[in-house]
Amino acid sequence: MLDSIRAQFKKLAPAVDFCSLRVVDETSEKFVVRQDVLQPLSSRIDRGAMVTVIHRGGYGYAATCDLTASGLKVIFDRAKDWAKICAKHPITDFSKILLPSYIGKYQSPDSASSRQPTRREIIDHLLAESVTCRIDNRIVDWEASLWTTNTHQLYLSSNGSDIEQQFQYVVPNLYVTANAGSDTQTRSFGGRCLCQQGDLSIFFGSGLSGSGRQLAEDALELLAAPNCPSGKMDLLLLPSQMMLQIHESIGHPLELDRILGDERNFAGTSFVTLDMFGHYQFGSELLNVSFDPTLHEEFSTYRWDDDGSLAEKQFVIRDGLLERPLGGVISQARAGLSGVAATRACSWNRPPVDRIANLNIEPGNSTLKTMIGSVELGVLMETNTSWSIDDSRNKFQFGCEYGQLIENGELKGVIKNPNYRGISANFWRSLKAVGDSSTFEVMGTSYCGKAEPSQVIRVGHASPACLFENIEIFGGQD
Amino acid sequence: MHDFFYELAKCLENQIKGNEHFTCWFSAEDSDFVRFNRGAIRQPGQVRQIYLNLQLINGLRHANCSTTLEGNLDADHEVIDRLVLGLRNQLADLPKDPHWLISTEVRSTELIASTRLPPTSAIVDEIMRVAQAYDFVGILAAGPIYRGFANSYGQRNWHETTSFNLDWSLYQGNDMAVKAAYAGFDWDSATFKEKFISVVSQFDLLKREPIELKLGAYRAYLAPTAFGEMVGMLNWDGLSEKSLRTKQSSLRRMRDEGLRLDSAISLCENTAQGMSPGFQTEGFIKPGCITLIDNGCLAGSMISPRTAKEYGMATNGAEDSETLVSIDVQPGELPMSQVLGELDTGIHISNLWYLNYSDRSNCRITGMTRFATFWVDNGEIKAPLKVMRFDDSLFRLLGKNLIGLTQERELLIDSESYGQRGTKSMRLPGVLVKDFNFVL
Repeated sequence: MLDSIRAQFKKLAPAVDFCSLRVVDETSEKFVVRQDVLQPLSSRIDRGAMVTVIHRGGYGYAATCDLTASGLKVIFDRAKDWAKICAKHPITDFSKILLPSYIGKYQSPDSASSRQPTRREIIDHLLAESVTCRIDNRIVDWEASLWTTNTHQLYLSSNGSDIEQQFQYVVPNLYVTANAGSDTQTRSFGGRCLCQQGDLSIFFGSGLSGSGRQLAEDALELLAAPNCPSGKMDLLLLPSQMMLQIHESIGHPLELDRILGDERNFAGTSFVTLDMFGHYQFGSELLNVSFDPTLHEEFSTYRWDDDGSLAEKQFVIRDGLLERPLGGVISQARAGLSGVAATRACSWNRPPVDRIANLNIEPGNSTLKTMIGSVELGVLMETNTSWSIDDSRNKFQFGCEYGQLIENGELKGVIKNPNYRGISANFWRSLKAVGDSSTFEVMGTSYCGKAEPSQVIRVGHASPACLFENIEIFGGQD
Repeated sequence: MHDFFYELAKCLENQIKGNEHFTCWFSAEDSDFVRFNRGAIRQPGQVRQIYLNLQLINGLRHANCSTTLEGNLDADHEVIDRLVLGLRNQLADLPKDPHWLISTEVRSTELIASTRLPPTSAIVDEIMRVAQAYDFVGILAAGPIYRGFANSYGQRNWHETTSFNLDWSLYQGNDMAVKAAYAGFDWDSATFKEKFISVVSQFDLLKREPIELKLGAYRAYLAPTAFGEMVGMLNWDGLSEKSLRTKQSSLRRMRDEGLRLDSAISLCENTAQGMSPGFQTEGFIKPGCITLIDNGCLAGSMISPRTAKEYGMATNGAEDSETLVSIDVQPGELPMSQVLGELDTGIHISNLWYLNYSDRSNCRITGMTRFATFWVDNGEIKAPLKVMRFDDSLFRLLGKNLIGLTQERELLIDSESYGQRGTKSMRLPGVLVKDFNFVL
């Protein structure tokens, strides 16, 4: 199919300043077992193309799932029409932006094993794990699932780009819910964020097998646990909460299109302004944050973004200092700043905008034991369950599934409903220890929402455990 | 598109064999999206998409697959052939589904709403004429939306509307903004200008120096747009029968302990007056109205066919997600014109943002104020407020802390477009409460 698309592009591409064609062919399958019953098996084939035209200063796009020559001809014409309409009131002179040109291929990693499990084997595996969850009558709900996606993308441009990328995404999941009276506690496998790229060996190596009983025991333990205490104290976050913390209070505020105001009507703006890059102390000197497309298994690894820019590892925050935003080639031109290859669309039917991709905190040199040992009074929290942050990504409040009290350098028992709140601009400056590589985990999510029209996209976050001081912590209502 | 769907259903009928049955859900649109920022055009375009979700059934075994279609039956015939064959092969791997419920009663419906929408380019010209002088940001979505259902029992349902939704904000210099929306089926230039002027008229208030309040509890008025965010949280499994049964619903104490809200609170799923189709993806016809909270008592829930079978009850046509799509909250007795006077001294909140549960068992919700939020003193708006975080229980706010609901209600049409343009809506009043708790 792709060769015929290439031929059509050559034939149909209009005489304009720039045009591109992006084809996405995605298949996915979901397996869900709830309370030992296989839920309706669902699969999806999603195939279509988007043309972008830049002409006489204007920008326009058009998309269709009709990939015949006549279907493609229609979207070339419509994208050109929209560029013409845009040219009357463009936010910038799009024709002056130099768009990249690359030729190449990229593919998600494959395991050495050539044999992939059958559908029946996957279902049996999930059923087997499901039956281990109901260890007590207080276990009221549980679900094991697997979601696999294969995406094949082609990007062609009038300035010579020909980029073909193939991705495989694997999302294993399991949660167990326990209840007593009005108290309900849920524990989930990796906070539903053990998403990675690769083949199904990820599913079998993810640790989901054997986790059902442990999660059920954790949920029951939470029912019996006291509420998280309230007060200002140290906060030790494990990677399953760090990924949310990075996402909401570093990732989103550094998106360049937010800073430029594009998202102010929906996803919001940013407390970060253009003049901060290069000198703003975002966090303590222990904070090193990278845009890293080099971890092949991470959920949002790619070689080129959807504007055809080459993705390379770059620091966005180094030694606590803000270096660069998460913005692709068009936003970079509008802002007069260098950024990263972060322009992406969730599928063929949405235009690319600046997105968080793999955004990671680099490991430090503290072991988990050292960090716990350094805490006089604090709480260890893991696995996000509640998230809320203001529209400039500053005032936040997050909650976790599972907490452990730390007193005098020792873990003192489980606590439930742990929450904390803070202000991004101050929070990262209170970072007082960063875990070493033994605490480092690679995670991701399929559900980062943004943009108008709305888009939900995959992102990756890898992080060590991190320790913060003097944070406002609180629990549920007794 | 209408004829294409009916032909497609015929084609599917010819594909099934022996004891097989099928259901299919058709979802298509021709949408123009024009994104604005700083009174200019940021990203305009058009999306034409056609999705078919086909479910193949044999006894208690079933599987489904969604696919994009080209919209040409000659070409799509091959896609359908492969789809049916693939699903047939899958069925062999599957166990019987004990919670499977299918609608066999044939209830066909058809709705094609007439419209007078001008070309989107003409609407854009009109918007730009008034907006380019301002820091205008937002999106216009316009065009036809199609939904269809068919099954092998002969049921056919069709829902076709052409609509627009302009969702925008006007920013004032000090990063303060007013948010507004204009949505419907017939674009009216005079109405748009009137709405635009109304938003501009609030600019003088936004120019005043913003105030930062001390944390604590305040009397507050939540305009329908803000109250809608609160009520929307009940769609996070609050009124789902499955969640109530598995003790995950934030309203479980209303069912299990008989906890009540103020008797002024009545809420229903009002399909009859909403914008969404009257049929769901598995072909069950939705009742015109489902009463969920009646005079403060939990009176019902959203029950999907699957939940109905699992727990031995009747479905009320809820989707598998058991969420509401046409929320309707009954009005109260407070005239909107008297809101400032009744508020007296407190906070006037136009919009809330990014809500989440901080303690689900107590229906405690946290979130932020956003856009035009004002400090009111002695019935008079004094100044805009900087954004604030609240954390409070809906049981308390809509229980003992509820002062009143407005007589007038607003229809809020969902502007989200994840994967496709939405058809959700809410009709609800504003709400006046005391001791609304702000924490950051």
